[in-house]
Amino acid sequence: MSREEVFAKLNEVFRDVFDDDSITVTDTTTADDIEEWDSLEHINLLAAVEQEFGMKFNMGQVVSMKNVGEMADIIISQI
Amino acid sequence: MRELEYPFDGEYILKKSKKIKRELLESGTDFLHKKIAVLGGSTTHDIIRVLEVFLLDRGIEPEFYESEYAQYWQDVMFDNPELTEFAPDLIYIHTSNRNVTSYPTVADDAERIDAILEEQYEHFCVMWNKIEEKYHCPVIQNNFEYPFYRLLGNQEAVLMQGRISFLNRLNEKFYQYARSHEGFYIHDINYISAAYGLDKWADPFYWHMYKYAMCMQAIPEFAYNLSNIIKSIFGKNKKSLVLDLDNTLWGGIVGDDGVENLEIGQETSMGQVYSEFQSYVKAQKEIGVMLNINSKNEYDNAIAGLNHPDGILKPEDFILIKANWEPKSRNIAAIAEELNILPDSLVFVDDNPAERNIVGVQNAGVAVPEIGTPEQYIRVLDHAGFFEVTNLSEDDRKRSEMYKANMEREKQQLNFGDYREYLLSLEMKARIMAFEPMYMARISQLSNKSNQFNLTTRRYTQSDIEQFAADENYITRYGKLEDKFGDNGVVSVVIGRKDMTEKALHLELWLMSCRVLKRDMEYAMMDAVVQECRTCSIRTIYGYYYPTAKNGMVKEFYADMGFVKIGEETDGSTVWQFDIPADYENRNTVIEVAKS
Repeated sequence: MSREEVFAKLNEVFRDVFDDDSITVTDTTTADDIEEWDSLEHINLLAAVEQEFGMKFNMGQVVSMKNVGEMADIIISQI
Repeated sequence: MRELEYPFDGEYILKKSKKIKRELLESGTDFLHKKIAVLGGSTTHDIIRVLEVFLLDRGIEPEFYESEYAQYWQDVMFDNPELTEFAPDLIYIHTSNRNVTSYPTVADDAERIDAILEEQYEHFCVMWNKIEEKYHCPVIQNNFEYPFYRLLGNQEAVLMQGRISFLNRLNEKFYQYARSHEGFYIHDINYISAAYGLDKWADPFYWHMYKYAMCMQAIPEFAYNLSNIIKSIFGKNKKSLVLDLDNTLWGGIVGDDGVENLEIGQETSMGQVYSEFQSYVKAQKEIGVMLNINSKNEYDNAIAGLNHPDGILKPEDFILIKANWEPKSRNIAAIAEELNILPDSLVFVDDNPAERNIVGVQNAGVAVPEIGTPEQYIRVLDHAGFFEVTNLSEDDRKRSEMYKANMEREKQQLNFGDYREYLLSLEMKARIMAFEPMYMARISQLSNKSNQFNLTTRRYTQSDIEQFAADENYITRYGKLEDKFGDNGVVSVVIGRKDMTEKALHLELWLMSCRVLKRDMEYAMMDAVVQECRTCSIRTIYGYYYPTAKNGMVKEFYADMGFVKIGEETDGSTVWQFDIPADYENRNTVIEVAKS
């Protein structure tokens, strides 16, 4: 899967989870950019991403992940 | 909503809950509004999010109070103006084995272990007692799930020092409390975690990362099971199974294969599967679920199949047997009408997806579970929780007989020219009294599920009902009706608030079960209320009618009872006045009312 395809899928997950079709995520997107994305919603977001790509984040990855670009890097390394 | 019916795709619900919620709120459902306090011993955010959509789907619009992280105990035990003001209709305590603060060690002796057990139990018990004293509302409490590791291996369950042994004993103490306290319910997360798979359930990632007691993916199963208890408490259980016959209750097609070739009984594996399913269905009848048949068959063939010598269900286990060539959707509508219950109290069980689809489309509100293959029928119906038991009342167990007796009455009615003569022939006897302890559960249940003959549609918990009974400013009456065909149980409830300065009574609740419509029971209730008013020198009775989508049948009820309309709002609400005449004569002349 190319990085573009990963981002296309991520975009869909973000739109589903936050029920907002105006969201477009990029490498530098962080929780500050999406109003509803707080620490509690983050949990559900990660679960939905895991389901979409059929992979699991480990604790170390979750703790250190800084933005959507890093999320995409982890996904690509695992699928 | 199809997506929320068991068996559901939990990950879809987790991902799409916001959209699902929006759609449910826009559906135009007439929701029952309930305030639910969720007091957590771990994170509850996503539990509430998912619970909300399941409750909305069952017609309950919840408003939540959520405790701060792990403050379940403090929220109850210390002054909490926010929770007091919230005035919950229900309190849910979400604790898990992560909240057990002390376990036995291998060095402890029996006495010490008992002391630890008592200490852990007391921590909860004082909180429950405080809730009972302060909030008077139903409580749902999780039991404890098993830990995800076993220090002593298999001996964990055997030795008193083992955590599994300890949690089993602690759970048993919770159950004892539940058995001796009405309105206190256990949410059996020990079962749910086992059914889900404990290793997956207890994934420590979710505890250490987010302080969730279970993994995210388990939350839909968890919240669904919890919503079953809540909807049952608030009177939203289903009442009846409507079953297909061929390939649903037995293998094969009775009309084609002949009775002797049906798969039922112990001879074949498939026969055994159907036998087990029939036993399960028969046991449902014993907890008050009404059984009916809806099958495309010649009637005689259907009866012959049900009389199969190895069958467990017999024709007399069913109230209505619709075996004909009508569309099944039409039979379903007829069953609801003849039983005098709403279509949304029915569950249709059929192996044929096409039939399920027709009923799903044509009969709004009827549950149509995707029951899978024969060996899955029991699990799907069972986990779906349509008939979740919260109070197993005498009435529930007798329900089938009562409805059957109703059918007999209707047959007899055809033989009488004069209606009053028919009523007299029923030899009706009523007992109409102030609320009594043994009927509190039933009275509360009626207030939550009566929709049609209900003047104000106020919903009350059992503790509310107990408070009315104890309050001398209220007149309460329940009515129980019996006739020669059987006992109908408690069927009518009236609650009136006294205003002694005006010497008046305000009727806050008047309801009657539709199974005794047109039996003059409402007159007997009126007589009893008037009699009590006279005893306390009340001269005027005020009645109130608040329209809902379902109670149109009682719009003119107070007019029929001789009240005069004195007010009408734009929303259709009306106020009625009745001045008790000095020469009031009892309206009821067909029911014998017991004197005590």
